[in-house]
Amino acid sequence: MIGGLFLHLALLLLFAPLLLGIITKTKALFGGRIGAPLLQSYFDLARLWRKGFVFSRTTTWVFLAGPVVGLVVPLLAALLIPFGALPAPVSFEGDLILFVYLFGLSRFFTALAALDTGSSFEGMGAVREVTFSCLAEPTVLFSLLVLARLSDGLSLNTLLGSHLLTAWQSEAGASLSLILVCLFVVLLVENSRIPFDDPNTHLELTMIHEVMVLDHSGPALAMILYGAALKMMVLSALLVKLALPWQTGWWLGDVGLFLAGQIGVAVLIGVIESSMARLRLPRVPQVLIGTSLLSIFALVLVLR
Amino acid sequence: MNRSKLIRFTHGACISLKELPCLDFTEFRESLLEEIAGDGRVASFFAMPADDGFDLYAILAHDWREEFALLHCRVGDVYPALTPDCPQLHLFEREIAEQYGVLPEGHPWLKPVRFHNSWVDAADIWRRDPQQHPIPGDMDFYRVEGAGVHEVAVGPVHAGVIEPGHFRFQCHGEEVLSLEISLGFQHRGLEPQLIGGPHPASIHQMEAAAGDTTIGHTTAYSQVLESLAGVEVASRAYSVRAIALELERLANHIGDIGAMAGDVGYLPTASFCGRLRGDYLNLTAELCGSRFGRGLVRPGGVAFDLDLPLQEKLLQRLAVLEPETRGAVELCFDSPSVLARFEGTGRLSTDDAETLGLVGVAARACGLMRDARLHHPVAEREFDTPVIDTDGDVFARGNVRRQEIYASHDLIRDLIKRLPEGEDQRSLGPLAADSLALSVCEGWRGEVVHVGITDGAGKLARYKIVDPSFHNWSGLAMVLRGQQISDFPLCNKSFNLSYCGFDL
Repeated sequence: MIGGLFLHLALLLLFAPLLLGIITKTKALFGGRIGAPLLQSYFDLARLWRKGFVFSRTTTWVFLAGPVVGLVVPLLAALLIPFGALPAPVSFEGDLILFVYLFGLSRFFTALAALDTGSSFEGMGAVREVTFSCLAEPTVLFSLLVLARLSDGLSLNTLLGSHLLTAWQSEAGASLSLILVCLFVVLLVENSRIPFDDPNTHLELTMIHEVMVLDHSGPALAMILYGAALKMMVLSALLVKLALPWQTGWWLGDVGLFLAGQIGVAVLIGVIESSMARLRLPRVPQVLIGTSLLSIFALVLVLR
Repeated sequence: MNRSKLIRFTHGACISLKELPCLDFTEFRESLLEEIAGDGRVASFFAMPADDGFDLYAILAHDWREEFALLHCRVGDVYPALTPDCPQLHLFEREIAEQYGVLPEGHPWLKPVRFHNSWVDAADIWRRDPQQHPIPGDMDFYRVEGAGVHEVAVGPVHAGVIEPGHFRFQCHGEEVLSLEISLGFQHRGLEPQLIGGPHPASIHQMEAAAGDTTIGHTTAYSQVLESLAGVEVASRAYSVRAIALELERLANHIGDIGAMAGDVGYLPTASFCGRLRGDYLNLTAELCGSRFGRGLVRPGGVAFDLDLPLQEKLLQRLAVLEPETRGAVELCFDSPSVLARFEGTGRLSTDDAETLGLVGVAARACGLMRDARLHHPVAEREFDTPVIDTDGDVFARGNVRRQEIYASHDLIRDLIKRLPEGEDQRSLGPLAADSLALSVCEGWRGEVVHVGITDGAGKLARYKIVDPSFHNWSGLAMVLRGQQISDFPLCNKSFNLSYCGFDL
């Protein structure tokens, strides 16, 4: 139990920034460049951490609460979700609701911190982020319902248990593929990746997530960046477990399989970002409604 | 109407001011509106102080007749504004009001243009303190009020490394109701510095009038002096200038397409075009040692010859670059996700473009055939493959650039093949006294118009520069109406206007 907890946290804290490095490297290779070193995101975090805080006089404690909550939430959420074949250290009936709404809490504080600055850009970004997340929520819940239907429990450990391997081979395989696609879209939206958002843009008017953190600097920005990396790893843990439900029977093998899956997701994101343009902003809600419908369809298939 | 009082002339002519009729204002106004109604457009409109009041000069271009019309009248401190009847004059009239304190009465949008003190000791019509330099952007912005309406102010300092300009959006949610653009942050006072010239520094100031249009501005400037001096530029120098102008167009158009791809997050074209732009800039560097063409064009000719080994080198490099460029550009225009962003975004109707007096790429993307290379060549016409698109959206502006890139390659090859032998520099004698000369050069962004007027001693008494951006910023403000605010950077990039070319 305690060992599992430490392994979980160690994996998360050590490997999350690497995923960002892999995405950047993939994009650089597609663009014909060498690109930044794989470990650049670690260097960036160290550099930011050494800097001082800068706070605008118009802001309050909420401004700092945003990054702190943004860092703590993925850590808590990580304890609820199995990393590949490694079971979640904390598990209880209905923890999937907590898992989903922990991220809601972090979003609430990020948006509040953005509004706290009083900047017109940040307000705009907060509106966009909240709107898109609202639309992404049904997809996540319906997908989890599909998983709940296929298992006989309501904790993430049971939902993402060893029965998935047989479920893939049964009739439920179609539903599982559908929710895999839906959850991947949600992963891209939640982590502000192309085609929904462009994490590299400097154009404040087109940003969604990035614009909300424009006024943060130094350690606060480091917390935000680290929190974002953790969030991506936690959310893609869901995908990795769904796509690679195998168990090796040896904990090191399980860790290896899990990390390979995470790297695979990062490369896939990099490939998508290198081969696609961003969607127009009004198209994003349409896509999210589409994924909601797909996940409802997946649910109908398993309820049949 | 009394047409005999208009002077009609072609590009390269030098007009004696003594023979120039001075119309009374009513005649001036009626002739101008009649010319505009008869397919004319404003190429330049400026004032010059006279003994009793101010001389107004209007230069109207008739593209398909390949000629210009010149109107001249004298006004006092106040005159009835022409803008209500001819909207393309609105910035020109504001400019005159700021420079000389001449009030265009009834101007619907009378705000400062570049935020500088009046050039003459006239009372400032905005009652600003003449002892202090005005603060750029200090003006009353248009405001929309109501539930759900919010204001977004962007700039003058931007997130990217670009020029300074202030943009004020009135939005309802994500929709832009109105955009007002306030520039002038880079005003250097180029025009007054040229008075009494040409000075030794003038050519260098022209090279920096708009740093990305060095060849365009220096060519226009040189042509004005050549017309005033009555010297015809050697045909070899003329061709070398044309080649340099196309190289400048290539580098900038490719940079623009890459930047547009970057704005929609399409990395492959953004990366490739960034590299290719550098390669084209290096071709200009081969020619004259400067990637931006500084030091190449000089009044009377060109300072660097395009000799045989260099011709070979350019042709070889172009042969390598052209397929690479086509690959990078076509990749972007073949990509459905990119087209979904480009098509239908930032649309401007042909009528609006004509009313606002747009020029260059932006005008051609709206279906207006305005290309000085075609209509107003100073010597023989080498160019006969103009490009237009009719949709007026971001795609059209990108597409015009794409087709012009391909046309420029052909044009450069053709120019090198037919490069005439002979001298490349002729000395200029003294400039004709009391004369006016106009020069037009199709820079990559659009037509660059320079007008020079000399005094009795043959020195420049007034020099007027019109960068294409001066016409086109209004077009950008116009296309934003009803657009998503998140599409502003893309629309802006598709115009890619110059801030310093406007600010002068």
